[in-house]
Amino acid sequence: MVKKYDIIVVGGGHAGIEAASAGARMGCSVGLFTMDKNALGRMSCNPAIGGTAKGHLVREIDALGGEMGKIADRSGIQFRMLNKSKGPAVWSPRSQNDRKLYTLEASKIVNNIPNLEIVEESVVEVIVERNKIFGVRTALDNEYGCNALILSSGTFLNGLMHTGLKSVRGGRFGEQPAIGITESLTKIGFEAGRLKTGTPPRLRKDSINWDVLEEQPGDENPKPFSHFTNESNFPFLPQLSCYITYTDQSVHKTLEKGFNQSPLFTGLIKGVGPRYCPSIEDKIVRFADKERHQLFLEPEGLDSDLIYLNGFSTSLPEEIQEEALHKIRGLENVEMIRPGYAVEYDFFPPHQVDLTLETKLVEGLYFAGQINGTSGYEEAAAQGIVAGINAALKIQNRPEFVLKRSEAYIGVLIDDLVSKSTDEPYRMFTSRAEHRLLLRPDNADRRLFKYGYEFGLIPKEVYEEYKQREILIQSGIDFCSNNKISFKAVNEFLSEKGLPLVESSETISKICKRPEIKLKEILDLNGFDSEIIENLLNNEKALEQVEIELKYEGYIKRQFETIEKLERYEDVKIPLTLNYFNIKQLSTEGREKLNRFRPRSIGQASRISGVTPSDISVLLIYLKS
Amino acid sequence: MKEDTIIALATPPGIGAISIIRISGPDSLIQTDKLFKGKNKISNSDSHRIHYGNIVDSTGNHIDDVLVSVFRAPNSYTGEDSVEISTHGNPLIAQKIIGEFIKSGKIRLAEPGEFTKRAFLNNKIDLSQAEAVADIIHARSEASLRGARNQLDGLLSKKVGKLRESLINATSFIELELDFAEEDIEFVNTEELLKRIDEIIIEIDSLLETYNVGRVIRDGVNVALVGKPNVGKSSILNYLLKESRSIVSDIPGTTRDIIREEISIDGILFRLFDTAGLRESSNPVEEEGIKRSREALRNADIVLFIEDTQQGIARDLLEEVLNISSGDKIVRVLNKIDLGEKNNYDADIKVSAKTGAGMSNLLKVLVQKAIGTDYYTEKTAVVTNLRHYTCLKKARESLLNARDSVIKKVSGEFISVDLRNASLNLGEIIGEVTTDDILNNIFMKFCIGK
Repeated sequence: MVKKYDIIVVGGGHAGIEAASAGARMGCSVGLFTMDKNALGRMSCNPAIGGTAKGHLVREIDALGGEMGKIADRSGIQFRMLNKSKGPAVWSPRSQNDRKLYTLEASKIVNNIPNLEIVEESVVEVIVERNKIFGVRTALDNEYGCNALILSSGTFLNGLMHTGLKSVRGGRFGEQPAIGITESLTKIGFEAGRLKTGTPPRLRKDSINWDVLEEQPGDENPKPFSHFTNESNFPFLPQLSCYITYTDQSVHKTLEKGFNQSPLFTGLIKGVGPRYCPSIEDKIVRFADKERHQLFLEPEGLDSDLIYLNGFSTSLPEEIQEEALHKIRGLENVEMIRPGYAVEYDFFPPHQVDLTLETKLVEGLYFAGQINGTSGYEEAAAQGIVAGINAALKIQNRPEFVLKRSEAYIGVLIDDLVSKSTDEPYRMFTSRAEHRLLLRPDNADRRLFKYGYEFGLIPKEVYEEYKQREILIQSGIDFCSNNKISFKAVNEFLSEKGLPLVESSETISKICKRPEIKLKEILDLNGFDSEIIENLLNNEKALEQVEIELKYEGYIKRQFETIEKLERYEDVKIPLTLNYFNIKQLSTEGREKLNRFRPRSIGQASRISGVTPSDISVLLIYLKS
Repeated sequence: MKEDTIIALATPPGIGAISIIRISGPDSLIQTDKLFKGKNKISNSDSHRIHYGNIVDSTGNHIDDVLVSVFRAPNSYTGEDSVEISTHGNPLIAQKIIGEFIKSGKIRLAEPGEFTKRAFLNNKIDLSQAEAVADIIHARSEASLRGARNQLDGLLSKKVGKLRESLINATSFIELELDFAEEDIEFVNTEELLKRIDEIIIEIDSLLETYNVGRVIRDGVNVALVGKPNVGKSSILNYLLKESRSIVSDIPGTTRDIIREEISIDGILFRLFDTAGLRESSNPVEEEGIKRSREALRNADIVLFIEDTQQGIARDLLEEVLNISSGDKIVRVLNKIDLGEKNNYDADIKVSAKTGAGMSNLLKVLVQKAIGTDYYTEKTAVVTNLRHYTCLKKARESLLNARDSVIKKVSGEFISVDLRNASLNLGEIIGEVTTDDILNNIFMKFCIGK
């Protein structure tokens, strides 16, 4: 054995970075294995972070003490808050990033963590002894030992790239696939599957006719992802715009010419692709009556010559791609630097992992990221930090870390994966979170700082400041709910704004519920003579929280009631070793599903499709006896 | 594990001497106090005490005299705070009381086997009985599955399934706008959304209206036959027995009650009571018969007041009937029209039990009278189950909240909260609605993805 680490992380992508840095910061020795140490945190697909629900994940990762938000802030060349016209629960931060700088910033962070070593070797075998992780073997036939192994190998497991009917082995353009890991796992009983994802062609910036395209600039006052980013000199880099164009019927006709050489339609691709991110050929076939499809031209970096054509993911033959591109407005003379391609890769259907992301089959082995069937940098990073934290907790004999569905999108993500498994690449959406109104980007710190601090991933002074703020928020809410505004003052204010008057004096909270009114405006009306209000007016973050809690009080209350109903059985644990075949009262389908998923709680069991309410009752009774 | 409070009828449904309603869970005592009027407060009572009093509805109207037994945790059947209410043995009374409790929103109808399940979970039942309890739950869910395949429930779940589908469609439009704001898609406008919500509310309303019909179908209808001797009560009774497609049972009259026969017409259960006489009598045997006749009349949903063409108009008897029953329940039947009419009778239906003339009309009138409408056909989806009724009510309430939010033009995620709650409630009738349904719908209908 060359060396033994507490934790080995295989893969230096978004999941791997979070896993390795969380593990190392928590005091474990970590070996981060990558085939190319210049590719840490490489953005394989679009040069952007965040977006609806994904931006929520970044905020949560950040509140746990993770890295993604900080890296995105430092390398961001455009920031936008999506859904700004909606309520705060669905505001979603999104950034365009300089692809090179992103990798650079990621490397900087990883390289500066003590106890974290980067090992530039390709892992070819996972070594397991008596259902416990032992270590890994690399292509150089070196053996490394570990107490915990986190596999975050992205699209590299037996990666196969397709452009037309040409297939090339590889996990990413110009990079080798990882061979051997899947085989060593299926040999010991893991079930593997195949997924597909795609990427669009890259275009040369100077060959595009920008003048005819619709510009989409970033926000005028951009907000950073990270709770730790200093907003005073933000953004750090010059800001760029994106541009919008559309396909039309002639583009569709040209693409159709290549359908007989499409690896997708001819059955060459076996893996299942994501429905929410279809290739352009898929869109044309499935939505034949749609006359045009929207495309975004996204810059790849400040001094990059490349443009990413978002919306045009394809695996049609190269010459068809080029011909079709030339029919698109603004791209008549475009130079295609690299064609789009589809990539197929192995994944392990995620019912095989537990909510800690440790596999049920092998102790000390964790899966994070695309290996669990997800898609997206943010989904990967979220799993990475959870796996990293849990690996370290286990080594240190501390209780495990599992987030509830009502606590975080991360909790929803992992519970969905584990309780429902997936047969297409899984992407987060806000609609997946039944407690959406509570899981807002603005309160990620209020939900998760306590964990980040407990694990030593959030500095003490930040945590203390947060706790002070929390006290202020609570007393602010109390004050506004219990104190009335004088009848005269409020009606003066209302008539000034041309709003309907009140008939008697009302609490601050009640007036604040009117959509046209900001809390600050009411508090600015004099006469409260309260230290709480004074402090609140001087603390923008606390004021924002008080306002949201008051404005949406009724809805938030209803959400809490649903949580109580839905999470009644969350704490009733089921032993992993329960033999469901001995329980003859279970329905046949319920028994099979339970056996396959091996849920850890009754709550989780109730979310498995095919498990009926009477199955749940029967289980409750068996657990008791 | 926090449990909620549940309620159900503990005695077999149907007419018996008494019915017992069981309530179990943390709110049992407090909620009973809200409907119970007696000397003592139930929530102040010691365990294992019985209290006499009245149960009133939310507006204070008297429903029935009852005995309330109090069992405090852990010394109850379920191991939780429990109350048992003994009422008179009329299923309608029990149903009404249960309905009043559920209206509070703090108590829900128990699932099959749920009291026993709780008893088990609270260690009130021996471990060796575990298997038996599981078997019961299993068997009952199998039975309800089979039940769901019968025509009535089938129609209802089909209808609710359709409503759920339109609800998912409406929700999808909202979610689409929230999750795919960047997409080149036309989003739904306020009017369109309101229209969709209103359509669903109207459908739910019409389902809720069928509950009375459903109640009749489930619980059956009491019909009292009243008339002077020799007007042909028995021949009409016999004719009905012959004509009705199936005789449900043939219970001989006992000393305790005077149910004669149960028959089914158009899927509705009719209990036919033959009344003896209504006048006071000094003969103790007759007196008992009169007492039971009066009771049958009081409990009747329909009174067939029978006269014949040969005797005079039975004004005095009619008056007596009106003293006990109300006029809108009475159907005046003139028998023996084959013999020719001697007087000018004020009859609703004229029949001859002997020749069968007019008898099919009598069947029709019985059904119409029973369900209070002629709208019902065997193809109508009907709510027969209180649990289903409650779910529909809750769904309606959520939809009204959603409607309110749409009008106030609040952002979609708030509207979605209530639409999802409505889906959850409908889902409880026919099987769960998950977020996957909404997303699948979006992926199927809209071209998503950059």
